[in-house]
Amino acid sequence: MNLLNCKDCLQQISSYLDGEIDSELKRHLEEHLRKCHHCHVVFDSTRKTIELYCDGKLFPLPVEVRDRLHQALRRRWQEKAG
Amino acid sequence: MAESSQAAAGKDDTVLVIEAKAGSYAAFEELVSRYEKKIYRLGLNLTGNPEDAEDMLQEAFLKAFEHLPEFRADSRFYTWLVRIAINEGLMKLRKRRSDKSVPIEDAVSEEGEIMPREFTDWKPNPEQVYAQAEIEAILQNAATGLPPGLRTVFLLRDVEGLSTEETGALLNLTEGAVKARLFRARLQLREDLSKTFKRG
Repeated sequence: MNLLNCKDCLQQISSYLDGEIDSELKRHLEEHLRKCHHCHVVFDSTRKTIELYCDGKLFPLPVEVRDRLHQALRRRWQEKAG
Repeated sequence: MAESSQAAAGKDDTVLVIEAKAGSYAAFEELVSRYEKKIYRLGLNLTGNPEDAEDMLQEAFLKAFEHLPEFRADSRFYTWLVRIAINEGLMKLRKRRSDKSVPIEDAVSEEGEIMPREFTDWKPNPEQVYAQAEIEAILQNAATGLPPGLRTVFLLRDVEGLSTEETGALLNLTEGAVKARLFRARLQLREDLSKTFKRG
């Protein structure tokens, strides 16, 4: 018998994503997610949210920004070296 | 330069730090090259604008260079670097805030329920549906829409991959507070992004 309601499920979604819930709760939660479309959407889109922010192709470092950074560091290094 | 960048590339951070401390610029430059993109991304998502992100990037690495002799080998170089960067970023945010009376770290509640309102499936692969610049702007707007106290926890835990313990130590928060803020941040971002990415 699954005792989880939607509110319980949503409270646990973050811990579930981090793999921080025990196996019994995990089993109930996964069962609830299979049956409840709303909770599944919240879970799936939260996971996708994290994936998007971690996408290594996004937010590239512009070449000119990198060049200015390395120039500044090299200058500081040379000043220190005297 | 005593050592080539190519030779430095195969070494782990601990070795590079030792060599940089001993005077190898190639070793230090390799450490910079490893993390510059991540620190810039952190700056963009934290401050919300490219100028502040560049300032944060430069200040973080210049300070890392200045304080490298004080870096202790029992911590991860990247965690140490992120600590410097996030402090720089938070200073920028404080300077920009018109109301400086409330510290950024305290301006967030961990209490109260968050109830999702968007229950529509997302379009598959939004990163393929939108142009890169478009999706970056959407993500950046959503991130800067979070209170800074939630934003920093989300960026450190989920994007930079710091542990709950490391994030708590860096922001002076208990592990419980980190988890509570991460939960709120994730759901608030999801809610915001759902308005754009939902089907239909």
